[in-house]
Amino acid sequence: MERLVVIGAGMASGRVLEHLFEAGAPFEVTLFNAEPRGNYNRIMLSPVLSGEKAFEEIVTHDDGWYAEHGVTCRFGEKVVAIDRSRKVVVGEKGELPYDKLIIATGSAPFIIPLPGHDLPGVVAYRDLEDTNAMIAASSRPGAKAVVIGGGLLGLEAAAGLRLRGMDVTVLHLMGHLMERQLDEAAGYLLKKDLEKRGIEVLLKASTQRIEGDGKVERVVLEDGTVLDADIVCMAVGIRPAGQIGADAGLTCGKAITVDAQMRTSDPDIFAVGECVEFDGNLFGLVAPLYDQARVLAKTLLGEDDAFAMRELSTKLKVTGCDLFSAGDFADGEGREDIVFRDPARGIYKRLVIENDRLVGAVMYGDTADGNWFFGLIKDQTDIEEMRDTLIYGPAFQGGGGASADPLAAVAALPLEAEICGCNGVCKGQIVEAIGAGADTLDALRAQTKASASCGTCTGLVEQLLAVTLGDSFDAGGAKPVCGCTDLTHEDVRRLIKARELRSQPAVWQELGWKTVNGCPTCRPAINFYLLAEWPLDYQDDAQSRFVNERNHANIQKDGTYSVMPRMWGGMTTPDELLAIAAAAKKYDAAVKVTGGQRIDLLGVKKEDLPAIWADLNAAGMVSGHAYSKGLRTVKTCVGTDWCRFGTQDSTGLGIKLEKKLWGSWTPHKVKLGVSGCPRNCAEATCKDVGVVCVDSGYQIGVAGAAGMDVRETQRLVDVASEEEAIEWTAAFVQLYREHAKYLDRPYKWVDKVGLDWVKEVLSDPAERAALNERFEISQSVYRKDPWAEHASEPEAEKFQPLADLTMEPAE
Amino acid sequence: MTWTDIGAVADIPLRGARRVKTAKGCIAVFRTGEEEVFATSNTCAHKQGPLAEGIVHGRKVTCPLHSWTYSLETGEAQGADEGTIATYPVKIEDGRVLLDVSALAEKAAA
Repeated sequence: MERLVVIGAGMASGRVLEHLFEAGAPFEVTLFNAEPRGNYNRIMLSPVLSGEKAFEEIVTHDDGWYAEHGVTCRFGEKVVAIDRSRKVVVGEKGELPYDKLIIATGSAPFIIPLPGHDLPGVVAYRDLEDTNAMIAASSRPGAKAVVIGGGLLGLEAAAGLRLRGMDVTVLHLMGHLMERQLDEAAGYLLKKDLEKRGIEVLLKASTQRIEGDGKVERVVLEDGTVLDADIVCMAVGIRPAGQIGADAGLTCGKAITVDAQMRTSDPDIFAVGECVEFDGNLFGLVAPLYDQARVLAKTLLGEDDAFAMRELSTKLKVTGCDLFSAGDFADGEGREDIVFRDPARGIYKRLVIENDRLVGAVMYGDTADGNWFFGLIKDQTDIEEMRDTLIYGPAFQGGGGASADPLAAVAALPLEAEICGCNGVCKGQIVEAIGAGADTLDALRAQTKASASCGTCTGLVEQLLAVTLGDSFDAGGAKPVCGCTDLTHEDVRRLIKARELRSQPAVWQELGWKTVNGCPTCRPAINFYLLAEWPLDYQDDAQSRFVNERNHANIQKDGTYSVMPRMWGGMTTPDELLAIAAAAKKYDAAVKVTGGQRIDLLGVKKEDLPAIWADLNAAGMVSGHAYSKGLRTVKTCVGTDWCRFGTQDSTGLGIKLEKKLWGSWTPHKVKLGVSGCPRNCAEATCKDVGVVCVDSGYQIGVAGAAGMDVRETQRLVDVASEEEAIEWTAAFVQLYREHAKYLDRPYKWVDKVGLDWVKEVLSDPAERAALNERFEISQSVYRKDPWAEHASEPEAEKFQPLADLTMEPAE
Repeated sequence: MTWTDIGAVADIPLRGARRVKTAKGCIAVFRTGEEEVFATSNTCAHKQGPLAEGIVHGRKVTCPLHSWTYSLETGEAQGADEGTIATYPVKIEDGRVLLDVSALAEKAAA
């Protein structure tokens, strides 16, 4: 009998042995395994961790099986070397000759070499020892677990630990979970489901170190966050464990290289499973491993067979998270998407099509058609005929059809969701009033006051009428944000608040966006609405901003930029002017005096922006935000400091206003003016907010304009003190930030809601105080100099080209 | 094909782009998904706007100067605008972005 030696008793080699014994192959088998046990179903460790299964239930081959087939088991013994010249395997307890050898050493978990990674209590999620360590840690009431890695394995570990009663936090480096298998929308839904079952998920979370005295006690993130932990599970990936093959001189790439017959570069040595590399591919899922096992068994039996790559699909083994991903939905050219979202039921489906063939599918919430789509992918079926209804699955083929319901977002709102913020009217009251006979907008306004004040929720109220009354109500033609949605700006703003949507993927999914990730029209708008509503939670997205706001400078027609430092209230100093002059010379900039009382440096190259900002910062100057939908300038006259007619310190008030408001993002740009007397040298009466000083105090006007439209300000209020002038101004700006449509200047917004409504809101001292408080919360994040941030690393590097190939030899 | 490593995928912001300087002008490398990149000429066919500064949406980019929108897959202007920009083979391997520089020489010479 030929002597067959197998190194590694895992799922792949186990399957090879099964095939061999079934065929009655004449081998005398010796099986080495570093783990002190035989073959078990490793992918079922999750139910063992969660307590749904016992380890005994997932054992594939027990002692009886090995005895029955005459397998000599050397479990708990590592193989230290292969001596190919003598054809012997060197185990820890002695040598063993072989005629044929199979290497099935699998993979090893990847451990990030963070400080503290070797503390007791830091485990991977790979074998029974890891699983038992996690189960032991969960036995203490109130124990906390941190899982590093939000991929398939990490999430299964997190779910299992949660079922064991632990407090679980998942740290994931990327912007959404399972980014290899899912796109953002599906990743968002998965996060939401995990959070529902009590698992905390931190995205873009970079672990800095693990700390503890003799054992793990806490995890510290790069941003300073500290998480207590009784156990840390690192599930960030695996790498092939083929070192023994490399040491023996077998041809290796990232793993042991095999041909389609699973043969290594030595004709008597074979390899199978996660330790092999075939045609440049590595393996981690079980389906191709079983294919390899079948091929290897055939090869050993002297029969013809060849291993070939095939499409794979993924399902998450977490009860209640219904998720499916198959094929290639992320890479490649010439592809189109079909997207379906049903916000009310938390469903997302995306199909990727190339040349009339389905090449990828991602589904969340309803995966019933997953295998049908997977079949279309594998068979490369021509789907041209059924393209229009493809996303609805096999049930719709051959007739029928459906479309996403534009009213789904409103229908999904809970009854207690507030629709009208001005009058505190929730959905339940409106639905009740409709039921009681209020079947028109006017009737509803009269009975509930919903949409009767500023009117920005009119669209939602109309949609509620439509949902409740069905076809008998005609909502009229409100203009949607863009082609990605049927909702208006006002609807989106209200729904972001009412449904507590705190990210762009959340908005896209819950409000049924028709595109994968928006368009240049909606992206900047949604980004603003989110940061205005959730200043502390939402992370401003630079990629959803127009170039000027992303680069903190104004792009010019030739691709260069203009740079404009802030001059508080239009005041400057000789030192500042010298620094500006030096910078203009150094970076070869044109110099222009602006209408907003500052100095513009034009023609600066993008690569030079961080350097010129650093120079201006060094002279004490900050960004003038001349590029932003935010506070631009506060233009002033010299007031009582110098002017013989001045009635108040207009320059001082202008500087105070600018220091309070600078850095804030607004629906459109905001310009202020403060004049020291009614002669109005600062032209305050055509600004978004204009203050005119008089003997008795300050006249505050709003909603002026001097652009495409020219408007004189309308008087908001007269106040006696500077403090009141600042309080009213900030309250007005915050009200504008909270209510206006993106890209409406204040005068357009005031036209829509009416100055009377604005006055009514702001005349309530409690309301003014609340608006000021919310403004200050937002400013705690945004009142900072973006130049300082971008003039230093790592941000400054992003202004340079990614690579410079100008020195590469031309072909 | 001559694949040249031009940097890490992580150095390109998601739904953003970075420039690559070449002897024949700038190329824009766009990242449309966690693991998806495209490369085109950085220069808009309309008034030479820098496309790497545009808003990236789906597999399209919109020029920052006058909002011409291009398919990153074909390089063709979308909608009513007519024009085409060069596209270049680019791929991701082990987290690195590889650009085919031979295509660059051919297209520039053509």
